[in-house]
Amino acid sequence: MRITCPICGPRDRREFYYQGAAVAIERPAPDAGAEVWDDYLHNRDNPAGETRDLWYHESGCAAWIVVTRDTNTHEVMGAELADDAKAERP
Amino acid sequence: MRIAGKGLIDRARPVGFRFDGHRYEGFAGDTLASALLANGIRVMGRSFKYHRPRGVLSAGSEEPNALVTTGLGPAQEPNVRATTLELHEGLMARSQNRWPSLGWDALAVNDLFAPFLGAGFYYKTFMWPRRFWERVYEPVIRRAAGLGALSGEAVTQKYERAWAHCDLLVIGAGPAGLMAARTAAEAGADVILVDEDTVCGGRLNAERLEVDGRPGAEWAAAMAADLAARPNVRIMTRTTVTGAYDGGVYGALERLAHDVAMRPGAPLECFWRINARAAVLAAGALERPVAFANNDRPGVMTAGAVRAYLNRWRVAPGRNVAVFGNTDDAHRTAADLVAAGVHVSALIDARPHARCDLDVPFYAGAQVCNAQGRHGLEAISIARASGIEKVQADCLAMSGGWNPTLHLTCHMNGRPAWNPDIAAFVPRDGAIPGMVTAGACRGDFSTRACLEGGARAAAQALETLGLKAPEADIPKAEDSAYDIAPLWAVPGKGRAWLDFQNDVTVKDVKQAAVENFRSVEHMKRYTTQGMATDQGKNSNVAALAVLADATGRGIPETGTTTFRPPYSPVAIAAMGAGAQGKGFAPERFTTSHAASVARGAPMIEAGLWYRPSYFPKPGETHWRQSCDREVGYVRGAVGIADVSTLGKIDIQGRDAGAFLDYVYTNTFSTLKVGRVRYGLMLREDGFVMDDGTCARLGEEHYLMTTTTAAAGQVMRHLEFVHQCLAPKMDVRFISVTEQWAQFAVAGPKSRALLDDLLDAPVGDMPFMGCGEVTVGGVAARLFRISFSGEHAYELAVPARYGDALFRELAARAEGLGGGPYGMEALNVLRIEKGFITHAEIHGRVTADDIGMGRMISAKKDCIGKTMAARPGLSEPGREQLVGLKPVGAVKELTAGAHLFEQDAQAVSANDLGYLTSVGFSPTFGRFLGLGFLRDGRERHGEVLRAVDHLRQTETLVEVQDPVQFDADGGRTRD
Amino acid sequence: MRFSGWRVLREGLTGNRGWRPHWRDAAPKSEYDVVIIGGGGHGLATAYYLAKNHGIANVAVLEKGYLGGGNVGRNTTIVRANYMMPGNSEFYSHSLRLWEGLEADLNYNVMHSQRGQIVLFHSDGQRDAGARRGNAMINQGDDAELLSRADLRRMVPYLDYDNARFPIYGGLLQRRAGTARHDAVAWGYARGASERGVDIIQNCEVTGIDTKGGAVTGVQTTRGAIRARKVAIIVAGRSSQVAAMAGMRLPIESHILQAFVTEGLKPCIDHVISFGMGHFYISQSDKGGLVFGGDLDMYASYAARGNLPMVEHVMEAGMTLMPMIGKARVLRSWGGIMDMTPDGSPIIDRTHIEGLYLDAGWCYGGFKAVPGSGFSMAHLVATDRHHPPAARYRLDRFRTGRGLMDEEGTGSQHNLH
Repeated sequence: MRITCPICGPRDRREFYYQGAAVAIERPAPDAGAEVWDDYLHNRDNPAGETRDLWYHESGCAAWIVVTRDTNTHEVMGAELADDAKAERP
Repeated sequence: MRIAGKGLIDRARPVGFRFDGHRYEGFAGDTLASALLANGIRVMGRSFKYHRPRGVLSAGSEEPNALVTTGLGPAQEPNVRATTLELHEGLMARSQNRWPSLGWDALAVNDLFAPFLGAGFYYKTFMWPRRFWERVYEPVIRRAAGLGALSGEAVTQKYERAWAHCDLLVIGAGPAGLMAARTAAEAGADVILVDEDTVCGGRLNAERLEVDGRPGAEWAAAMAADLAARPNVRIMTRTTVTGAYDGGVYGALERLAHDVAMRPGAPLECFWRINARAAVLAAGALERPVAFANNDRPGVMTAGAVRAYLNRWRVAPGRNVAVFGNTDDAHRTAADLVAAGVHVSALIDARPHARCDLDVPFYAGAQVCNAQGRHGLEAISIARASGIEKVQADCLAMSGGWNPTLHLTCHMNGRPAWNPDIAAFVPRDGAIPGMVTAGACRGDFSTRACLEGGARAAAQALETLGLKAPEADIPKAEDSAYDIAPLWAVPGKGRAWLDFQNDVTVKDVKQAAVENFRSVEHMKRYTTQGMATDQGKNSNVAALAVLADATGRGIPETGTTTFRPPYSPVAIAAMGAGAQGKGFAPERFTTSHAASVARGAPMIEAGLWYRPSYFPKPGETHWRQSCDREVGYVRGAVGIADVSTLGKIDIQGRDAGAFLDYVYTNTFSTLKVGRVRYGLMLREDGFVMDDGTCARLGEEHYLMTTTTAAAGQVMRHLEFVHQCLAPKMDVRFISVTEQWAQFAVAGPKSRALLDDLLDAPVGDMPFMGCGEVTVGGVAARLFRISFSGEHAYELAVPARYGDALFRELAARAEGLGGGPYGMEALNVLRIEKGFITHAEIHGRVTADDIGMGRMISAKKDCIGKTMAARPGLSEPGREQLVGLKPVGAVKELTAGAHLFEQDAQAVSANDLGYLTSVGFSPTFGRFLGLGFLRDGRERHGEVLRAVDHLRQTETLVEVQDPVQFDADGGRTRD
Repeated sequence: MRFSGWRVLREGLTGNRGWRPHWRDAAPKSEYDVVIIGGGGHGLATAYYLAKNHGIANVAVLEKGYLGGGNVGRNTTIVRANYMMPGNSEFYSHSLRLWEGLEADLNYNVMHSQRGQIVLFHSDGQRDAGARRGNAMINQGDDAELLSRADLRRMVPYLDYDNARFPIYGGLLQRRAGTARHDAVAWGYARGASERGVDIIQNCEVTGIDTKGGAVTGVQTTRGAIRARKVAIIVAGRSSQVAAMAGMRLPIESHILQAFVTEGLKPCIDHVISFGMGHFYISQSDKGGLVFGGDLDMYASYAARGNLPMVEHVMEAGMTLMPMIGKARVLRSWGGIMDMTPDGSPIIDRTHIEGLYLDAGWCYGGFKAVPGSGFSMAHLVATDRHHPPAARYRLDRFRTGRGLMDEEGTGSQHNLH
């Protein structure tokens, strides 16, 4: 498996650390309530198909990136810096 | 029996070898199988279950029968295919899975009991009495099972792993692969051409076919030479592509020195990871046997194998050979035999309309229905409309048609499609992204079609790479049609083998269907069909057809089986090359390593680091003596410890303080420059992640320390928080763990030591102060922090000065009645003080559990704060950190013991907690422990039982505050 | 039909013509008391115990493919009860006791082999953590022994005691742990359930869960609608998808775990060995293949196949720990889909929909749990009360933080358990 780091280009999967669903970048407000926090930290869409997940280019440039991937085929459709992914959202 | 002619053997180079102790001779270019056949040896192995004598079935890596053991001691190699084992001088091969000998095998008695040993019999018996399974049945079964044996000794031969990158990977160097490689090479692509064989050419080396007006093998050799001369082509023979993985990654096993003793120093095998932008699969096809009664007799082999032995190795597998098939390949085989001067006793073509151009006894529309000759074929029975006729034969060449070698296309869950025209599965396009199939592996069986297909596939692949293929120049070659009458199993009594090695017969598959194992996966798992070392390469399709027939379904409805990596088996030593011994993980050494070793310190693993356990002195016979002495240094004089392994993260930026406030539970933005603060970090789920000190070196400059264990995790976490949660903060960090060597200088005489050592006296640096100093002119950092509870400092210098500084510190400490101390003493010191490590913050504890609940600032948000307030993390009843000391007759404490009320039984329901860390405190003259106890802070003063079933100790312990030494911290601050 | 040595003998003498289907393939009826979604080990065991323990036999097990095609047929077959967290401790202890009577109970030889499992440790800290675990096992009534390096040298001489990167300090042995023939467990439960009247329906995929007024009424399937008073979702590997049909979002992320088997070899590894530093565990099947595995591939996936980085890492662990297996050749590798939860422990619970139950989140410890899970799930479905050994497997524990069972201490990141 290879992932294209937005900074470094295509690299072997070994260089990256996988964290989980990209929802992790959308931290709720401290007072958002137990349900919201439970959803943030524990509950997952866990799609069989296209997903967005969060990887860290640990053995590379140390960028956290949001990768768009297919969980059925392992196809990697794209990757962007977490910062950029965040900026796109309202 | 060797016959005249050239083939691909070198008759000028005879090679002596041994099989089961007997000496034989073959030629360079032979395989063990061809050489044994040439010497008239037909029985080369025994089957798995019934221990039936077996000869060679194939001439390739798919061989299920002729498995041997080679090598001795650590070089012993079981389950080597005689069909791919290159003959070399001194080769010693032995048969396996037989006792006492290949010719007379005691367990062949199983064959007589076959009616009781059918598919899945073991699920129905061996259940009584219950204890007998482990004691009687299983040991007997285990001993009978298995093929060859490992030596039990550690591997000593060399294996390697490597990476390769290319534009186009061509898998298979037969006519299709050669054409694909040349087409791509001419287009300027970087090409890797791999083939599992020792030479390029594929089937061309085994046939009498012509390409471009020359013998096929010659044409292939010329093509290979042409390709090898090109700078953009790399040919890797003896290399099997074992798996197709995501992103154009392929695994491949190259055999370097296995079979050829002439490459001294070369690794035995190399496992390649090939990154290919595109790939052409040109893996050919595998011939399938036909199931009929006793079709496993030694001497019965595939027709393609017979032609390979004849044409490539110039060996006649028999003197009197019968040929049986359902395609024109039967005729091709008979013709080759006749041409080689071998007598053909019968040519049996299952196709009723078949005609024969050869002058041999011909049976159209007939089938071979039985074979005689336990240790070697003697005769076959031919069933025809008129009845059964027996014909003498010492070899039967059989062909049930060909299965495309599509295995790699299944590795990413691709399912092949049934092509009724060739009665075989073919790969679906796109099964592996970036891979195109060509030639026989996609069902194009004529040589001409393979040549064309190779060029076409390469052109297709090149297009995706943005390269243009040159106009293809397809050589002349045979282009005959493939005419097959499907034939899987010949009806009749007797056992007809499908999976030769695992002894799965047509009956077994039918019985499985009767017992409702009708799904192909169920049938496979119930009968073990296809689970032998050939992974069903020889038998899966026929077994599927038999199952389809038994269940009244068509083959495509019945399903396919999934081929998974590896294509052919790969040694663990190859895929794990380099990891043996210390190679498994990197080793990290501190700058004081050499000096510590020189002092005789045993170095122990701390994560990837090595740290000194203790520094023994002459006369000390037990580590405890050293440890006690070293604790005394720190409590009484001054001790030196290398603490460089702690993670050090340099943090700078306008928002550095605010950032630290966000990741630590407590506040750092208010920390004064030149001061250090202890910090606690939570995971977002509210549990403690790590702790450590953080120093403010400047207005916008902090230096964080982490525990040794969590250094990587914390670094990753900081980057996460910054990039993903707080990207607008102006802060940057970098690990400087390796840049600084840092030493604890601890004890009442620490200041005296430093005043003397440093270029300027320490002065009145307060507890938890820090500052820049120089030592011998070298800029250094000094922190007044303590992990021992004593007046102490940590002195950091650039790593290149670490060795010198450690030696100097240790010598000066010794001059003051102290010296270096190791991990054991460090541990005792911190237990006395109730300081925690990851033995305590083991991932399940909250800040409150360790008595630091109030460190979560109420004035600000921080990572983990919200979830730490969950009821389950904040309600009473949680286990809290306590100190424990023995108060009864038993004085020893053990970590891992559990805590119970004195009068309670030591069972789960009464479990109150456990000990995490213990040590003998020379300061107190007794064991001290830390542990977690339910509502422990309310129980100080209570006496409990610490029960360690495993070490069979039970100790009465008094619960107390974790801080057992110098509770008010006066010694640290003075 | 009762299985026994006599039966095998008799059939052998009479041409093996008397064998019958191990289970009955049923066509779906329009209504059942209980519909179990998922014909894997846990689903089949639940059906079996519903019929056997609770007299509820009007049950359908719906399997979208072939029964036992998921993780029960893809694991490394290890059976053990070496947990330390309250909740796991009692559950796996109960499950192991069920294993010990399983062959007699099912009249099916699942080849449960109590050959012993050794978890190695490689530092004093690991030994202490192992001791805490071992003592918890004994407190729970199970067996555990602490082995010294010298003990290990005697028992498993083939480990690399002298050069390994992480030296072997000792091990924690559970003699009652071992292995079982994984497929046979599914088949044995299917046979037992079928004999008691349960309908086993293969090739029947559930496409919807019907509810009315907050209560479940049945399921939609590729073979028509089926009404049911109670529906149990027992589809580890697909839990999120099926639960989503009922509007649920689960605390589960799906991951691949690969496993490997070598060519057949004469006996060389007599125990189950687990390598504390390398995420590596190995045993030898009765057929002779070395069966082993490692850690997750570490990215969410439903592909049931993995990639080389973890393959190689597993081989590396094998080579550093027991370099004598280097000449064994890997014959086949495969992957299973793991329901990873935020604390690494499973869920056996009711849902917000009345009559809808969930058995999920087995991470990669589901095989040994099959009997216990079936037993406890059947109890829950039949009585609407939690079975005591599984009473802590609540769905809401992540929200409340109560009763988390994080054996690894790695926290709420799903793939780290």
